[in-house]
Amino acid sequence: MSKQEFTLSIYTENHVGLINKIATMFTRRKISIHSLNTSPSEIDNIYRFTLVVIESPEVVQNLVKQIEKLVDVFKVFCNTNDEIIWQQMALYKVPTQTIMKDIKVERVLREFGAKAVVIREDYTIFEVTGQDDEINKFLNFLHNYNLKEFVKSARIAIIRANEGVHKKVIEMDANDPTKDPINNEFLSKKTMVFNY
Amino acid sequence: MNPAQAIVPKKVSANIQTNGSVAVIDALMSENVTTVFGYPGGAIMPIYDALFDYRDKINHILVRHEQGAIHAAQGFARSSGEVGVVFATSGPGATNLVTGLADAQIDSTPVVCITGQVFAHLLGTDAFQETDVINITSPVTKWNYQVTDANEIPDVLAKAFYIAKSGRPGPVLIDITKNAQLQMFDYKGYSPCIHVRSYRPKPIVRETYIYEAAQVINSAKKPFVIFGQGVILGKAEQEFLDFLEKSGIPAAWTIMGMSAVPTDHPLCVGMLGMHGNLAPNYMTNQCDVLIAIGMRFDDRVTGRLDKYAKQAKVIHLDIDPAEIDKNVKTTVAVWGDCKETLPLLTKHIEKRSHEAWLEEFRKLNQKEQDKIINAELNPSTGELTMGEVIRLLNELTHGEAITVTDVGQHQMVACRYSRQKNTRSNITSGGLGTMGFAIPAAIGAKFGAPNREVIAIMGDGGAQMNIQELGTIMQYQPNVKIVILNNQYLGMVRQWQELFHEKRYSFTDITSPDFVMLAKAYGINGKKVTERSNLKVTLSEMLQSNNSYLVEVMVGKQDNVFPMVPQGKGVAEIVLGVDEL
Repeated sequence: MSKQEFTLSIYTENHVGLINKIATMFTRRKISIHSLNTSPSEIDNIYRFTLVVIESPEVVQNLVKQIEKLVDVFKVFCNTNDEIIWQQMALYKVPTQTIMKDIKVERVLREFGAKAVVIREDYTIFEVTGQDDEINKFLNFLHNYNLKEFVKSARIAIIRANEGVHKKVIEMDANDPTKDPINNEFLSKKTMVFNY
Repeated sequence: MNPAQAIVPKKVSANIQTNGSVAVIDALMSENVTTVFGYPGGAIMPIYDALFDYRDKINHILVRHEQGAIHAAQGFARSSGEVGVVFATSGPGATNLVTGLADAQIDSTPVVCITGQVFAHLLGTDAFQETDVINITSPVTKWNYQVTDANEIPDVLAKAFYIAKSGRPGPVLIDITKNAQLQMFDYKGYSPCIHVRSYRPKPIVRETYIYEAAQVINSAKKPFVIFGQGVILGKAEQEFLDFLEKSGIPAAWTIMGMSAVPTDHPLCVGMLGMHGNLAPNYMTNQCDVLIAIGMRFDDRVTGRLDKYAKQAKVIHLDIDPAEIDKNVKTTVAVWGDCKETLPLLTKHIEKRSHEAWLEEFRKLNQKEQDKIINAELNPSTGELTMGEVIRLLNELTHGEAITVTDVGQHQMVACRYSRQKNTRSNITSGGLGTMGFAIPAAIGAKFGAPNREVIAIMGDGGAQMNIQELGTIMQYQPNVKIVILNNQYLGMVRQWQELFHEKRYSFTDITSPDFVMLAKAYGINGKKVTERSNLKVTLSEMLQSNNSYLVEVMVGKQDNVFPMVPQGKGVAEIVLGVDEL
C-alpha cells in the first residue's frame, strides 16, 4: 500500500504529559512525525494537536483508532491534503548588507510573498507563510545570499468539511463531574513542604 | 500528632480536615476494596501509615517483590471480576510494576496501582528513588496520572477505578507525591466517577448492524464462532451460551476466552491458536461465516494473516472500536459490549442445528485424539507427560478448580487439556507471555475466589522467576496448590530450537533447586514425583491438604507440544507432529 501525507487533527484535554502519550503511539510503530503542533482550539480548555505523517491509509486508520482510545483524547480527524487548508510559517535571517547590495528587496517581497519582520543594520528577518513549496522556493533563493538562519513552524490545518467538534464536546461536557487538573505548584515552594 | 490518628478508623465522613493518605484509604473503602497487594517504601509511607488504622477493613498482602504484587492483583481481578489494587513505592518499587502493567494492559485486566513519588518540589532533581514513572508507564497503562496536590486525590482515584473497570478494562497507575500524601486539606467525601468527558467506554449499540449480522448468520451454511475474554470481561457468559445454543454453531475459544462456557459443552470444539486444537484451526479456513466475539485476532490465533479465513464473511463483536479491522477485515462489525449485543443478536437469529458441519469438527478432533491426545494423556510406559498430570487434575477436581498457568509448554498443555466447568477458571498470561506469572497470580486468584480450589501450574523455568512469593504464601497461608512440571529445560524455546534451529540448544538447559526442599524452607509441604505409580496418589494428597502444597513432577525432557501452527504459516497448515514439518 503506497504511503501518502496525512494530517491528523486531535482534540484533547489540556493535560500534562499528553503530548508524550500521543507521540508514543507513533514511535512505538517506528513512524516518524513530520510535523507536530499544539494549540488551543475553538473550545475553551480543549487543545488541538496537528500532526503530519507519511503513511499508508491502513496504518493511519488503525493509528487514529488507537489515539482516539486514549482517555484524554476527544476526537481525531484524519485528512489528506486535498481535504484541508494548511499553512506553515518560516523565518529567514540574512545579512542586511548582502540583501541590500545584491537584490531588490521589494522584488523579494512581491515574488515570494515574503514579509520583512525585522530590518536591522546587521541582519534582516523575512517571513513566509504558505506551503512547503513556497517556503522552500524562498529558502533556495536565499541560500545564494548567505542565509544565516532558517526555521519552519509545524503545520496548522483547518479541515474543509469539518464542522468542528464543538457541539459534541458541549454535549459531553454537560454531565462531566471531573475537575481541571492541578499542575505542580511546589517546585518553587521548597521550604513550605514540611510545614503540614 | 499523626493526622491519620485524628480520624476514627472507619469510613471518613465528609467535610473534614484530613491528609491525602487518609483520602486514599477512604477512596479504597468507598470502592469496596477488600484486598490490596503491596510493598512499602519511603515515598509511600504516609499511605501505609494511614492504612495501619484500617487494617481490619482492608486486607493488605505484603508480597516479596512488586512484580508479585501486580501479578497477584491481576490474579485477584481475573478470579473475582473486581479491580485489583496495588501499592508500591517510588523508583524501583514503581519500575518493578512495569511487566505486570504491560501484562494487564495486553490482557485487559482491571488493576489500579498507587505508587508513591518523591516530594513535588523534588521532581526532576534526580532525588533518591525518583523515577519518571508516568512516562515509563504511559505505553503500558490505560490511563495514568500524577497527583501533586491532595485536593485532587478523591476525584483522581474515582476516575482511576472508573477507567480501570469500565469499557475494555485495563491497568491504571496513580503516582502520588509524598507531599500530597501528607498534605492536610478540606476533604469533601468521595463520590464515585460515572463519566469522563473525553472517554467513551463503550460504543452505542445500533440495531442496524445487529440485524445485518443476524442476516449473515441466518444465511450461513458453515458458521463458526470464535470467542475470547470479552465474554468473561463483559460478564456475558449466559448471554453467550444462549446465543450459542440457539444458533447451534460450533465454537472455539482463544486462550483468554477459555472457561467462558464449560469446556465440555457439546458445541465447544476446542482451543484456537498456535498450539490449539486441530479442528478449530483447520476449520477456520473452511467456514463460510466466522463470528468473532470479544477476541482480538492475535497473531498467535491467526497465524499468517493473508492465509486466514479468506473464504469467510467475518462478523466481529467487540467493545473496542480499535480492534475492528485491526488485523482481520470484517464484513459486519458489531460494536458494543457483548452483554448488550449478544441478546439482541440472539433475538434476531433463527434456531438452528448444524449437525453435519459439527460432525466435520468431531472427525478432526478424533484424528487429533488418535495421533496426539491419547498418547499425551494416557501413556502407559515411558516418561511422565505433562498431559497426564492435567488429566489427573481434571479427574480429581472434577473440572471445578481454577487453573493458573505460567508461560511455555506446560501452559499450552494445561490450556489444551484442562476441563473447566465454571467461568473465570483459566488464569494465564496470554498476550504478554510473562514467565513468573503463575505463583503470584495464584495467590491473588485465591484471595479473589477464596472458596475455589486454585492450582498453579508452571514449568521449572517460570517457577524460579517469582519464586520469592512462596514467602507470601508462608506469611498469609492462602491455600494454593503448586504443580511444577519439570522437564529440566526451558521447554518451549528448546522445542523451537529442535524444530527450527537444528537442535542447537542454546542456553535452554536450566538447573533447578530442590523445589520440595525449598517449599519446606517456606513451611510449605511438598513432594516430588518421578514415577507414574506415585502420580495420582500424590496429586490427590496435594488436593486433600488444607494448606498450600507443592508437587514437582519430573516429565519427559524433550517432549514437544503438538499440534502446532508454525510461525509464518496459515492456520490450515497446522501440523500434528515433527514428521509433518
